[in-house]
Amino acid sequence: MIAGSLAIMLLATGRIAGLSGVFAGFVRAPGDDGGWRAWFVAGMLGVGLAFELADPATFDHAARLPLPVLALAGVLVGVGTRLANGCTSGHGLCGTSRLAKRSILATLTFFAVGVATATIAGAIAGHA
Amino acid sequence: MTRLVALACGAVFAAGVCISGMVRPSKVLGFLDLGGAWDATLAVVMASALAVHVVAWQLARRARTPWLGGEWPGPARTVIDARLVGGAALFGLGWGLSGYCPGPAIVSIVSGARGSLVFVAAMAAAMLAFRPAQDG
Repeated sequence: MIAGSLAIMLLATGRIAGLSGVFAGFVRAPGDDGGWRAWFVAGMLGVGLAFELADPATFDHAARLPLPVLALAGVLVGVGTRLANGCTSGHGLCGTSRLAKRSILATLTFFAVGVATATIAGAIAGHA
Repeated sequence: MTRLVALACGAVFAAGVCISGMVRPSKVLGFLDLGGAWDATLAVVMASALAVHVVAWQLARRARTPWLGGEWPGPARTVIDARLVGGAALFGLGWGLSGYCPGPAIVSIVSGARGSLVFVAAMAAAMLAFRPAQDG
């Protein structure tokens, strides 16, 4: 479903809907390109809310980390995805599947660093 | 029409990350953290998603234009630079710390969980404040 939605977006509209790009475009200039990014985000939030109402256990409600650490992580993800021009969906799915060199390298990099970080943090703070 | 497709695709994307458990950092960290009880189910999610996308690009190559008209994205850029690798490394650091990547994090804010709100607010602020020269 994750891939299907991004694949339909590509096939129907010719747009690569990587989520960091969608969201960055949305917060910077919501009206750009017919405002489709705002509609995409609206669809996400609507269905997310339906899941929350149907089964709150869909989400983790208690933060695993102190909030300042989560804020730092958010900044790292925001800056990192804008530097690299993509995240798990844009590089990891859309790019890697067309064998784009940049995307494959980016995906290998963020997976390697992500696994190393999570494994070290897990050893220090307790495993998930 | 593009807007309706975007709305529907956003909705299906959210359903996908909710059902697969990607919206729960505990699940994502169980996958990224090799030290605990390793949870491989997200590897299956990723692999099947990739398979769907490989087919999508093949279909895209056969059609002259997208179904609703317009143009296909240009060829993927090939420049490998420090910005790409460094950005991906920063992203990996934030992802491995928090268990959130952008898509699932955005969906999570509807739960009202403070952790997700703080994460997404910080990510949005960073995206607003930090605008490297567009090279795309």
